[in-house]
Amino acid sequence: MVETNELLSLDDLEAAGNIRSGRKHTLSILTENKSGVLSRIAGLFARRGFNIDTLTVGPTDDPQISRFTITIDGAEHSIDQVTKQLHKLVNVIKIRDLEPDETVARELAVFKLAVDGGARAEVMQICEIFRGKVVDVSRRSIILEVTGTTEKIEAFERMVRPFGLVEMMRTGEIAIARGRSET
Amino acid sequence: MRAVDALMECLKAEGVEVVFGYPGGANLPTYDAFYDAGIHHVLVRHEAGGGHAAEGYAKVTGKVGVSLGTSGPGATNLVTAIQDAMMDSVPVVFLTGQVRTDLLGTDGFQEADVIGITMPSVKHSFMITDPREIPRVIHEAFHIAGTGRPGPVLVDIPTDLSRADIDYVPVTDVHLPGYQPTTEGNAKQIRQAAKALAAARRPVLYVGGGVVAANASAELLALAHSDRFPVTCTLNALGAFPASDPQWLGMLGMHGTRTANYAMDEADLICAIGARFDDRITGKLSEFAPRAKFIHIDIDPAEISKNIPAHIPIVGDAKNVLERLVVEYNALDTDPGRLEEWWQRLGQWQAQHPLKFEESTSGEIMPQQLIKTIMKITAGDAILCSDVGQHQMWAAQYYDFPQPRRWINSGGLGTMGFGLPAAIGAQLGDPDRLTVVISGDGSIQMNIQELATVRQEGLPIKIVVMNNGYLGMVRQWQELFWNERYSQVDMQTHGGEEAFPDFVKLADAYGIRGARLTNPDTLEEDLRAAFEAEGPAFIDVQVAREENVYPMIAPGEAARNMVG
Repeated sequence: MVETNELLSLDDLEAAGNIRSGRKHTLSILTENKSGVLSRIAGLFARRGFNIDTLTVGPTDDPQISRFTITIDGAEHSIDQVTKQLHKLVNVIKIRDLEPDETVARELAVFKLAVDGGARAEVMQICEIFRGKVVDVSRRSIILEVTGTTEKIEAFERMVRPFGLVEMMRTGEIAIARGRSET
Repeated sequence: MRAVDALMECLKAEGVEVVFGYPGGANLPTYDAFYDAGIHHVLVRHEAGGGHAAEGYAKVTGKVGVSLGTSGPGATNLVTAIQDAMMDSVPVVFLTGQVRTDLLGTDGFQEADVIGITMPSVKHSFMITDPREIPRVIHEAFHIAGTGRPGPVLVDIPTDLSRADIDYVPVTDVHLPGYQPTTEGNAKQIRQAAKALAAARRPVLYVGGGVVAANASAELLALAHSDRFPVTCTLNALGAFPASDPQWLGMLGMHGTRTANYAMDEADLICAIGARFDDRITGKLSEFAPRAKFIHIDIDPAEISKNIPAHIPIVGDAKNVLERLVVEYNALDTDPGRLEEWWQRLGQWQAQHPLKFEESTSGEIMPQQLIKTIMKITAGDAILCSDVGQHQMWAAQYYDFPQPRRWINSGGLGTMGFGLPAAIGAQLGDPDRLTVVISGDGSIQMNIQELATVRQEGLPIKIVVMNNGYLGMVRQWQELFWNERYSQVDMQTHGGEEAFPDFVKLADAYGIRGARLTNPDTLEEDLRAAFEAEGPAFIDVQVAREENVYPMIAPGEAARNMVG
């Protein structure tokens, strides 16, 4: 933009911020590894009325620092406001709103199904298609492990549910930026 | 050295002269250290009073206030003051005692999880887990409380750690990787803001408490006078712009002037400086300032576009940004005549809708007249510490503040019982200035025990109680919005009989001179006599019982529909 002394027209000004993106966002948050950080973040989401879809916390390669990966619905909340509020927490060092195209996101899920006989073979076949693993099998049950994006996990769930889903556990997503740059 | 003695060294290194607190079991080590630390400790009569006193001190001086309490109830009594400081961005460090570390989590005697309880109410908090952390944490607490957008910081210290021996090495720097407030505004955005101001034909400068916190009044005045920009302030910013200035529109918001609110309604450009578009300002959000574009200057990025989307956001310290905005504006070729029409419109409103009230026909003192009389006697030079309710609104409307840090009130949280203890801190922060409490008969009774502190500290505070025997603001809302069903607001009678404390006798019991004023004709001389007599005074002023605060934007209404 060329800097001029010309006056601007107020009509041309457009408001920024507070816009709902309408898609899922993955926030990767580096925090100091101190007690209470999880409750500060969870408390902030609760009192500002932000709904967390998934949340994972874990150590990083630096023992002083933890990483939170939070997924949140951008149709429901202004991600701009969420990240600004998070930044106000003194223990929060860095927040990155990961671009879906430039991110590798993974979630681990385990499924317990009540199957035997012929159904077991069919389930194992589906599991193979999804590159899952059989981690436990008994006469009347099977436990499968699947890794992938949330969408893949959900697709797998739809496939195996009719066979008699006893329970399912999911870790929530972790996500890492593609390429050389740090997340 | 004991960790608590190191704590005293840290307080002194931070320039702390006075603290407000209350001892108990879990902070005995700290109080042992106070015994000969050479820091003025004010013994309040309730921890909430200590918290508000620290706020009053911080608001008047701009320095970080300090308030202490013991564990359990001592800590929970501080919670209201902590939230109050959070809402009004007041820099206060709260130091609480905690039970021994081996008792933590066992529901020990006087144990309360104050870190957990206050988590949503603090800017930050620290739980001490190692006594060697104490010096660094204290300095970090002061740094966080006093910089960026100021606020309360809590440090919770288990009693066994506070008495532990440590090697004290003075701390010279703080290391907070996640805390780096932006103070310098973006140059391009500031230039854009200057151009927008130059293009505006109906601009308003909407000023909030951030201008007071940033000590940016001179820069605000320079910006306002770089053209003829009209200025309105929020409740918390009163005094940031001199009320005597011809460009002053009065306070805006629920009980602001019609001129200020109509100006916001018709403005084409609103420049918000250190203000946060609170619901008491905007009224119905969807109909707030429908014709305006917004410049929003704030040190807290989360305030920008929180309630109202900003067209030109500028994150930075108000002093820094305004100073550079004035330079940018003055460099532009502007047409001073473009505001002529706007000032005609503003002038019309000012002439048609001045603040007004009717004199009593039955010889009662009108509350507005009381404030005007205080204004006359003090020539606007006093520190006014207000409680919460009708008296607060009338004081805000009728006292013309010439300077910032003279109006000390609880704006965001609206804490009744704030005024008297805040005045204790304010008076100690500015010992030579006349300090006046404006309270109501409801509010004053919420922290009246602090009269003992006033007496013991020998503070010459003048306490004026606007007494209508009602919880007046609640009564006003019941009159206007609840069909005059006055539920639990009459404080004066029981079964038709007078059942009210005699404030003059009560003051007397505390060793404070009391007076009851009832006559409007002698109000000025009676008040003057009470103000001029040495020492503290408790002045119970009987006012018209059912007077309402007007004008008013009814809750959820648009500004242009003001009533009264």
